[in-house]
Amino acid sequence: MPALLTVRNLTIRFGGITALNDVSFDVAEGHITGLIGPNGAGKTTCFNCITRLYQPTSGEVLFKGEDLLRCVPQQIAGKRIARTFQNVALFDHMSVLENALVGYHTRFPGGLAAWGAETAATREAMDVLDRLGLAGIANRPAHGLPFGLRKNVELARALMVRPELLLLDEPAAGLSHDEVSALGDTIKRIARDFSTTVLMVEHHMALVMRISDHIVVLASGKTLADGPPDAVRANPAVIEAYLGAV
Amino acid sequence: MPRPNAGLLTRVAIAVAVIALLPWVVPSFLVFDLIYVASYAIAILGLIILTGMNGQISLGHGAFMALGGYVVAVLAHSAGWPYWIGVPLAAIASGVAGLLIGLVALRLAGVYLALATFSLAVATPSFLKHYKSITGGFDGMSLQPVQAPAGVPLSGQQWLYYVAWAVAGVVFLLSALLVRGQFGRALRALRDNPIAAVSFGVNPYFYKTAAFGWSAVLAGIAGGFYAIPTAYVSPDTFTSALSITLLIGAVLGGISTFWGALVGGIVVEFLPLVAQQINAAAPSVVYGVALILVMMFLPDGIVGGLLRLTYRFRRAPPQPALESSTPSAAPVTVGPQSRE
Ligand SMILES: Nc1ncnc2c1ncn2[C@@H]1O[C@H](COP(=O)(O)OP(=O)(O)OP(=O)(O)O)[C@@H](O)[C@H]1O
Ligand SMILES: [Mg+2]
Repeated sequence: MPALLTVRNLTIRFGGITALNDVSFDVAEGHITGLIGPNGAGKTTCFNCITRLYQPTSGEVLFKGEDLLRCVPQQIAGKRIARTFQNVALFDHMSVLENALVGYHTRFPGGLAAWGAETAATREAMDVLDRLGLAGIANRPAHGLPFGLRKNVELARALMVRPELLLLDEPAAGLSHDEVSALGDTIKRIARDFSTTVLMVEHHMALVMRISDHIVVLASGKTLADGPPDAVRANPAVIEAYLGAV
Repeated sequence: MPRPNAGLLTRVAIAVAVIALLPWVVPSFLVFDLIYVASYAIAILGLIILTGMNGQISLGHGAFMALGGYVVAVLAHSAGWPYWIGVPLAAIASGVAGLLIGLVALRLAGVYLALATFSLAVATPSFLKHYKSITGGFDGMSLQPVQAPAGVPLSGQQWLYYVAWAVAGVVFLLSALLVRGQFGRALRALRDNPIAAVSFGVNPYFYKTAAFGWSAVLAGIAGGFYAIPTAYVSPDTFTSALSITLLIGAVLGGISTFWGALVGGIVVEFLPLVAQQINAAAPSVVYGVALILVMMFLPDGIVGGLLRLTYRFRRAPPQPALESSTPSAAPVTVGPQSRE
């Protein structure tokens, strides 16, 4: 499989803290790649570098061969890269449908033609909401929804980008046991139906091991291991630094 | 393009009918007041878009009104240009100024932006006094009163009333078209969560500057229709209190829907008159009390309160997503956050 995303020698410092220290890994096209590691390992920081919210100190992030570090944050979605946030980041005073439609922002034609595209965008949004069980609450404001639904709204918004790369930051966090097992199927289904590559940060080991094709382990800002789930699970360094503690 | 629902069209039709009939049923001094209501409503609409939808707090829109009013006045006074040329030029001048201020505003968030814009409002009267040769300085400039065109059976005042409200109607319609769909969603997304909005491709520089520019266009037009009925402008016409009054009007009327601009315009024009009767010594106290009462009991402003009342009346649960897609008060921080 060719790499869709290549992270090479990525380093970022915040004052005295080196949050990422020479991190390199590939995300293969069509795969679900898990990004795991203890708290503070630098997983979210890595997402923030890829989506350009953070400016790395050095290194490269190549998406389909293009250097993302030359982009500004608002250009990332246009490259068909979408993400969710660890602390669910919705537009609280907008409806569920409107939240999803913001995901379509970069796909609107320019100028007055944007008005003409509204119907098609809304139809597509309703379809995505329907797939995630949100169609019935499309007109409800995002604030005040139960946590699990809020996370689904975030997912719907990201899917409206029609992403080629979908970055999920702890999709299972805060969900109930049943919700987590449903989530695993949802992510696999989404990856297939929307033919998107997934890079997923997750602490829920059972979920990661079940759905990932490939796993990257970070610890203290360094790449600790990188390989298929079975190899990672058996890796002594990983067990010592992370899995043993779970 | 999304179609407006039938209920909305009915309400708009009723509003248009009421506005068209009012001059024939109210005493003529009230017609004069209602011209100012149109002016205030246009300016407050700009604040509803800028502050209510986009989260940028401006305490300086009186300055854009001043610019608009003076463009109309100077052109009429010194060059004899008619108002129908002056008002569009006022809109353009104010819009350009708004874009420039909007660029500066990108670097300021919440209360800092409020303070910076307020300094604009404070500086305006002395600025106007200083450039005497253009502005007429302290004494201001007087203008020709408006006459109805030959053959139109209306008084000058009635004619001006209809022109002002027709312009208000056009401006409301254009604004509604502008914020329907992608543009309006981008404004509100930036207000609710700038980091997430940017991550989905919303360019904060473009949308925030555009919101500032458009709201200034509206304030410029409002300034024109503030100067024309008075037939006189002076630095005291556009004090810093005007800027505060506009924001109070927006909050009292209801910053979450365009109807709030209409109600806010009525409140701003008539509350001081009512306040005068309640307590002649301190009308601003009555203003303050009214503001506190509305904030306590009607967090969505008067329009929000009315909507809730009609829902209760119909015994139907409110559907917040339809009518109030913006929050009652704009969040104060819109600047970049350090994490995520
Ligand atoms: N904006 C920032 N300013 C300063 N330090 C930061 C910033 N963002 C992240 N860090 C630091 O970088 C390190 C990695 O943080 P990060 O959020 O990436 O961890 P994580 O792997 O996502 O952890 P968790 O599993 O808890 O979410 C931490 O020490 C964190 O404090
Ligand atoms: Mg994290």
